[in-house]
Amino acid sequence: MKLRNWLVAAAAAVVAMPLAAVSASAYELTIPSMDYRTGPYAPNGIPFANGWTDYWTMLNERDGGINGVKIKVVPCETAYNTKQGVECYEKTKKEGSGALVYQPLSTGITYQLIPKASVDNIPIHSMGYGRTSAANGKIFKWVFNFPATYWSQASALVKYIGDKEGGMGKLKGKKITLVYHNSAYGKEPIRTLEELSKKHGFKFTALAVDHPGQEQKATWLKIRRDKPDWILMWGWGVMNQVAIKEAASIRFPMDHFIGVWWSGSENDVKPAGAAAKGYLSGAFHQPGKNFQVHRDILKHLYDAGKAPHPDFKDRVGEVLYNRGLVAALWGSEAVRAAMKIHNTKEITGAMMRDGYEALDVDAARLKELGAEGLTIPVKITCANHEGPRKVAVQQWDGKAWKIVSDFYDPDMDVIQPLIDEDSAKFAKENNITPRDCK
Amino acid sequence: MLYRESGQFKTSYDADQAVFPILQDRLCIIAILAFAFLAVPFFINDYWANAVLIPFLVYSLAALGLNILTGYCGQLSLGTGGFLAVGGYSSFKLMTSFPELDMILVLGGAGVTTALVGLLFGLPSLRIKGFYLAVATLAAQFFLIWLFYKVPWFYNYNATGQINVFPREALGFLVTTQKADPVVRYLFTLSIVVVFALAAKNMVRGRFGRMWMAIRDMDIAAELIGIRPFLMKLTAFTVSSFYIGVAGALIFSVWLGAAESGETYGINESFLVLFMIIVGGLGSILGSFLGAGFIVLMPIGLKNLLVDWFGMSAVFAKHLEITTFGVLIIFFLIVEPHGLARLWQIIKEKLRLWPFPH
Repeated sequence: MKLRNWLVAAAAAVVAMPLAAVSASAYELTIPSMDYRTGPYAPNGIPFANGWTDYWTMLNERDGGINGVKIKVVPCETAYNTKQGVECYEKTKKEGSGALVYQPLSTGITYQLIPKASVDNIPIHSMGYGRTSAANGKIFKWVFNFPATYWSQASALVKYIGDKEGGMGKLKGKKITLVYHNSAYGKEPIRTLEELSKKHGFKFTALAVDHPGQEQKATWLKIRRDKPDWILMWGWGVMNQVAIKEAASIRFPMDHFIGVWWSGSENDVKPAGAAAKGYLSGAFHQPGKNFQVHRDILKHLYDAGKAPHPDFKDRVGEVLYNRGLVAALWGSEAVRAAMKIHNTKEITGAMMRDGYEALDVDAARLKELGAEGLTIPVKITCANHEGPRKVAVQQWDGKAWKIVSDFYDPDMDVIQPLIDEDSAKFAKENNITPRDCK
Repeated sequence: MLYRESGQFKTSYDADQAVFPILQDRLCIIAILAFAFLAVPFFINDYWANAVLIPFLVYSLAALGLNILTGYCGQLSLGTGGFLAVGGYSSFKLMTSFPELDMILVLGGAGVTTALVGLLFGLPSLRIKGFYLAVATLAAQFFLIWLFYKVPWFYNYNATGQINVFPREALGFLVTTQKADPVVRYLFTLSIVVVFALAAKNMVRGRFGRMWMAIRDMDIAAELIGIRPFLMKLTAFTVSSFYIGVAGALIFSVWLGAAESGETYGINESFLVLFMIIVGGLGSILGSFLGAGFIVLMPIGLKNLLVDWFGMSAVFAKHLEITTFGVLIIFFLIVEPHGLARLWQIIKEKLRLWPFPH
């Protein structure tokens, strides 16, 4: 009898759970955190999730929240799997006072959430990933992908290559190979690179690597045979480190191997050891922890024993940690903007969207936030959800990442028509009338 | 006591051949259906629909399909994910090529397409048996996934190879995309699954089912008594693929709304559905539902229990969930290798005598 009672109680608890979670309490800013700390993408998922969580938590500890309103971060494990991502989204969207913004850190999940979030009135910030044509705010009202899209980044990286070759004219006849994760994410830059290869006359080849990317021998054999001048990589998770190790083993010059900004973190280069020295990747923020905001995080969280993941202390300031931090920093500014626009402290997802659209974090504001020079200034408008579109290149010197180039502007003559075409197609398929942005 | 059928006399052939000959079974099924159709819609919300009930239903349908092939006809298949993908992509092509088409017809079309593909991949089954057939179907899985990446026509030349669903109606009700009411989407999926389950139940009781089982139990003996193995194996492949195709179309259009061949329909799906019928019970319609319930709902239940109830961190709960899940599968396989359906049968037999076992 006893066992049965237990079973009944457990079953009832499981069933009642999602219902109980909805019960109301005092208003809190609810920030879901779509983590992935398990599976083949965990090496990249963990530092980002910690950066994102730490910044919000630090605001609670240092300032008592934003304008006096406490923040509640709700983690949910997706394992970088779209089906679990959807479950997480449905589970967290009504949590507490209602989720304010989603940062799925997965192009696959972003594609799932784009149609859902616009119905549920919750903004998505797919920061430098996700659907590129969402840059068109007239059609994608609920999605933001600043500070730059994959297409902008592809173009910027080609510009960098042009610089190194001594001018865009010198690209003619060069061979550029893209090694990409065989998914929506990895395929994003292909169309742009094809257009650019037509324009500049370089020979473009794309080589797919299947999920999860632990086996790439065939790909690199092909590269060894083709001898490309430059390699670009759109990789994520274990795929990055395997690719860098393979490149090292065929003695490909590392300073001609450029990753997307998701393929340039400490976890990606360290397994290859000294051979990874010179490897390049895209970037939109500085690595390292010599910023006031990092000192605040260390002081108020790690040293005060209030960090959600205390054993991460030595890794604060890693590339992906800083990226999560920057994402949260922009998010918190959007919260402030939303509170100001709507003159309330209890904002909703829809108000948060207005906050993102009115986001204006310039260099002076970054300084006030203790992040002077950490990242680029961002200004979002109704029509342009991509913001500044600036991409720099960073290099691994064997010990740390350093930004080694200027910030490049992409070739909008090539990209804008592609964005217009793709977003118009989306609008047509889904019967969306473009907004009038005035 | 509860399951005693003494006193229930069958006075006509119809009564003797009823789908559920025992009164208690009939009542049970009616009660479950009434609950699913009449009670559930009142408390369903987005979470219950998108994360719990619709996945359970579509995986039940896929498990039904695989059970027809593997459980009833004895042909081991690891190509389920590939066939789900055929269903998903053909529904996408039908939706975009004929925007006015009713969703029921779209699903039917997706089913027929998948059935034809299944027929094609079933052809080697006469020559190849057992594990070798599993390997051949595994090749089908990889080939189909590769095909949907390779040929841009399948995803309408999108930049990313991702397919997205558009608002579409069935009998005048919007059933796809998040704009559709969760109640409508749930009832739509439920109706389809109920119809298909009834059809499957009748099929396996009838002439075809008996011939499939004859092939499964001993194909040479079956051939000697006049059953044509080739025809029977092909019909099993076709019918099974039809079911799986409809399930794949539902995964894409009603449940997820966006899909990508390798991610949504990868090799993992093949194993997942195979586990469902092994855990649930090979050669049992009820087992398909029990297995799908176990594999789909258990992780979600565990996660909710551990994170919300015991306050564990999400990542620790996830690791615990993976471990528990594996342990439970092994436990079931040791304690009841014939699956949950057999467990239910044992309970039924116990209940017949209960509370006076002697």
